[in-house]
Amino acid sequence: MVRELKITPIKNGTVIDHIASGLALDVLRIINVQSLDKDSTVSVAIRVRSGKLGWKDIVKVENMELSPRKVNAIALITPQATISIIRDFKVQEKRSVDLPDRIVGILRCPNPNCITNQPEPVESEFEVTERRPVILTCAYCDRRVESFLNHLA
Amino acid sequence: MSLHGRDVISIRDLSREEIEEILTSARKMVPFAEGKKAMHPLEDQIVAMAFFEPSTRTRLSFESAVQRLGGSCITIADAAASSMRKGESLYDTIRMLSGYAEAIVIRHPNEGSARLAARASDRPVINAGDGAGQHPTQTLLDLATMQEAFDTLTGLRVVLLGDLKYGRTVHSLAHALALFGSEIVLSSPPSLGLPDEVLERLEHMGGKVSTEPDLHKAVRESDVLYVTRIQKERFPDESEYRKVAGSYRIDASVLRDAKPRLIVMHPLPRAGEIAPEVDDTPHAAYFRQAFLAVPVRMALLNAVLGAAKRGG
Repeated sequence: MVRELKITPIKNGTVIDHIASGLALDVLRIINVQSLDKDSTVSVAIRVRSGKLGWKDIVKVENMELSPRKVNAIALITPQATISIIRDFKVQEKRSVDLPDRIVGILRCPNPNCITNQPEPVESEFEVTERRPVILTCAYCDRRVESFLNHLA
Repeated sequence: MSLHGRDVISIRDLSREEIEEILTSARKMVPFAEGKKAMHPLEDQIVAMAFFEPSTRTRLSFESAVQRLGGSCITIADAAASSMRKGESLYDTIRMLSGYAEAIVIRHPNEGSARLAARASDRPVINAGDGAGQHPTQTLLDLATMQEAFDTLTGLRVVLLGDLKYGRTVHSLAHALALFGSEIVLSSPPSLGLPDEVLERLEHMGGKVSTEPDLHKAVRESDVLYVTRIQKERFPDESEYRKVAGSYRIDASVLRDAKPRLIVMHPLPRAGEIAPEVDDTPHAAYFRQAFLAVPVRMALLNAVLGAAKRGG
């Protein structure tokens, strides 16, 4: 069987796989690719055949490991994603993203009058009040949030 | 009482049993609130009134409650005169205040401000209204008014009339009515209906909720008519306000088919929603409701602070 290689392997870095199709660019936004080293290659595959999902996106980033906060943000928008840490071309660790009970600092509260949107020394904070589908509630003003893409901080 | 030292930010912070305890205590506080008897459980204690938004009734009834309990107050009555005008954050202001007083009562125009204050303060914080958010002590005094009139909070049919979208008092009240098993009838202009998330929460609690836009039909067979003011200051757009301003008014004709024991309540101030002719009918309960603010807030402050006397 001939293997078709659409994205080259990376030596060290992170592979975010099983991203819901069409959300790779949002994942790049969360990772904040502009802040990475200039010599870090970022590979993006959009609409890749997947046995599990039908279609999926994949993002590979060289020389970067995700902070727990960024993993939480990815879990919010595409909860079925998996994260693999690559060292010397080998998968050192592979895990699913896991949505915690509280989401701190990742989203802006959609309520413009919420105290967390004022110049106060405080981070936004949401409780995960439902998991399927994910619904968050602002820990300060009680506003419910059901779509997250437009509210990423 | 289990409320000792606790923050009271939302009515949802209180269990049904805790609400009942406060209401029972409030009934006993009435002669003290009227000045016929004296008590001093807050002697030597200071309560800070941090009011960053205009208020007459809420601030004065809290101040009266503190003084009737033998305590004293320090007050920010005007945000423009406080150091917040110089750019100080609410967080810093509250942190500082918590060093000056045993408890803080806060009113602020931003939703979530009272939760922020509770995190900033190591003293108990009582929410006296955060924007269009929560106003738990208003709910407690609303419940006290209904309980005084009917001797129960279960099985009543309560019409919530007016601005059910921005009116913070009705969100908290609807929660409490569902908690006690009373029926809620919603009556509002279409653009000012109860927000979906509040409605879903009530349904989740098993609350009996129906909608009746026709005021005359809603009033018939009801025990309580809870009227709210359409609050211009809460509307993001003035044209939206103008569309609904003055869209309902309670007068003798609305009450003609009402039950003899129906009570009309209003958190006040009213702005034309209730005709003065209603004031002299047995239905008018809003001035009694305003008075009950004092014994209810006394009961709450006593529960939160009463046993925390210096050295006690």
